[in-house]
Amino acid sequence: MRKKVIFPQVGLPYLLLLPQLAITFVFFFLPAAQAIWFSFLRQDAFGIRTEFVGLENFVELFADPLYRDSIWITFVFSLSVAALAMSVALGLAVLADRHIRGAAAYKTLLIWPYAIAPAVAAVLWIFIFHPQVGLLGRFLNGIGVAWDYKLNGTQALIAVIVASAWKQVSYNFLFFLAGLQSIPRSVLEAAAIDGASPARRFWTVVFPLLSPTTFFLLVINLTYAFFDTFGVIDALTKGGPAKATTTLIYRAYIDGRVNLDLGSSSAQSVVLMLAVIALTAVQFRFIERKVHY
Amino acid sequence: MHRRSLLAGAAFALAIGAAPAGAQQRTEVTFWYGLGGALGERVQEQVERFNRSQDRFRVNATFRGSYVEVMTGAIAAWRAGNPPHIAQVFEVGTATMMAAGPAIKPVHELFREAGIDIDPKRYLAGVRGYYSDTQGRLVSMPHNSSSALMWVNLDAFEKAGITDIPRTWREVRAAAEKLKAANATPCVMTTTWPTWVLFEQQSAIHDVGLATRANGFEGMDAELQLTHPFFQKHIQFIADLHRDGLFRYGGRDNAAGNLFPSGECAIGFGSSAARAQIARDAKFRWASVPLPYHDDLIQSPRNGVIGGASLWVLTARNRTPAEYAAVAAFFEFISRPEEDAWWHQVTGYVPLTRAAYEKSKAEGFYERNPGADAAIIQLSRAEPTPNSQGFRLGGMVEIRNIIQEELEKVFQGQQTVAQALEAANRRGNQVLRNFERANRS
Repeated sequence: MRKKVIFPQVGLPYLLLLPQLAITFVFFFLPAAQAIWFSFLRQDAFGIRTEFVGLENFVELFADPLYRDSIWITFVFSLSVAALAMSVALGLAVLADRHIRGAAAYKTLLIWPYAIAPAVAAVLWIFIFHPQVGLLGRFLNGIGVAWDYKLNGTQALIAVIVASAWKQVSYNFLFFLAGLQSIPRSVLEAAAIDGASPARRFWTVVFPLLSPTTFFLLVINLTYAFFDTFGVIDALTKGGPAKATTTLIYRAYIDGRVNLDLGSSSAQSVVLMLAVIALTAVQFRFIERKVHY
Repeated sequence: MHRRSLLAGAAFALAIGAAPAGAQQRTEVTFWYGLGGALGERVQEQVERFNRSQDRFRVNATFRGSYVEVMTGAIAAWRAGNPPHIAQVFEVGTATMMAAGPAIKPVHELFREAGIDIDPKRYLAGVRGYYSDTQGRLVSMPHNSSSALMWVNLDAFEKAGITDIPRTWREVRAAAEKLKAANATPCVMTTTWPTWVLFEQQSAIHDVGLATRANGFEGMDAELQLTHPFFQKHIQFIADLHRDGLFRYGGRDNAAGNLFPSGECAIGFGSSAARAQIARDAKFRWASVPLPYHDDLIQSPRNGVIGGASLWVLTARNRTPAEYAAVAAFFEFISRPEEDAWWHQVTGYVPLTRAAYEKSKAEGFYERNPGADAAIIQLSRAEPTPNSQGFRLGGMVEIRNIIQEELEKVFQGQQTVAQALEAANRRGNQVLRNFERANRS
């Protein structure tokens, strides 16, 4: 049943692939190769003095208890962001999938946050979380909850998780909505005629049929939480208090761009790259088997 | 189409910049700075005046984001062979820039080659020292310098029945207790830039080294001495204030910046350059005075240190003597008393030169703006000692953050002051050793 397009010449398919390959080469392979090379070096900020140090940057990294802490923080952070962003998006998508008045307007509004830059999103959340000027922060302090994410590590972590997840809800919402709309009505109607309750219909029919979408979003969300959240963290907590919200990507950013230690920062990028390659491989190999296409 | 014409315009601009200076053609130099908002507009105004004041040179000043972004951008551009002629670098980047050897042109060398004779003594001691080498020669050009001050809310003080503005930490504590008892403001006191104010300024005022080797001025082998009894005493004092509800930790760097002007906290420690913001936002009577000191440790406090940024001259293979001459002329221009006094008065930064200070005094600026000279007095009230001339420590940005992190754990109650200082010292020294190694090999 497999369809194959046969090209008469050998050259044409490669020619057609060339633009994509060129972009991947310039924007991924080249910088990645440079990061790998830099991870074996120790340099001053200007690159005037360079010393080859082998694996020393990696050894130092894993000997640092603070780095091991940030691995754990990243784990908690990424899973929470993915879980929160996906569950909220699924809930909203199920609601928006019904026949309601002004559905188009709702959908547009829900998609908006995706178009907001991470730093702007963080500023919006400052106006909610800030203990003195934020809506929620003032409310919490008013009812006697000691809310101060600048000094309480757990609260800071919650704040960056919520702000990061919020940014990703729109994207997830779009995909879940598309997934829901592609589920054949006949299947749902058949289940309804058989007497299945709405909740049962959702968990036994809709959710399994959505699993390709869910799986895809899981990969995307974890990658997002790993790589795209440093803007939110930088604007909201700067990795603090102490190191409570310093994730791996944020530390790589700080060490490279602020502390100008390119060797260590490159080593951290290489570790991150390997982690994401491993994570994606595991996901495709084990989780994808349970997905119904 | 629009983009293409922009690109063409950019290429044209580049071509002009690279062209040799002709008779009527001005030599163009680029200047990257990191001051946004109103301060950035003042930079542009001054550059514009320089360009109009003569017809040989043109300075093109561009806002390049935060201090960190200007510095990393300039370094990346130098690596790529096309750096700006002038880069504004914050004071904590000084050691990194100084260690950059062939990448920078020291200002004293620049002036000598351009035939401009500027006596370093014309700059305020506290400003000059920070940016000079061990022989007292200017390496970078002082530009925007501030110092840390204590800002007090006079209405809150009146409400609490405090008549004298505290001068020592003992008096600060007494005032804080009265403020709290009178419930004058929701928060008694806070600080911005915790490391700069609580460690750097205080160690200078008390003539204690933050690090050995004259705070790194004498060599890259300097070691932090945060476990010194002075820091133990002072940070314990602050931690006790925090425990007793007299001090609020408002976050890193400038995160606590609005707590004083909004009236939330009655006492705020922060940069003298916050003056414009406070004057605009504060809905109460206020005063700015020099930082308090521990009178059981020192009778006459030393000078405080500066914060802010200086201008660095970057080298490149294709730089011409005319371009360096343009940079030198610009530096000479901003050091003129009338220019410097203008800069001081419109921005709130301290004047760079003594002449501008005298000029502002003669014009009655400090009578119209009481407290505007507090930072200058604090900077120049004593001849700087090796412990109070400034800091030349590699990785200073990182060290500041390490200290803030460990301090946060004290305020959270996770560790004692002694543990925090020990951890900060150990981690900070690691940064210094890495820097030493990277810049020696």
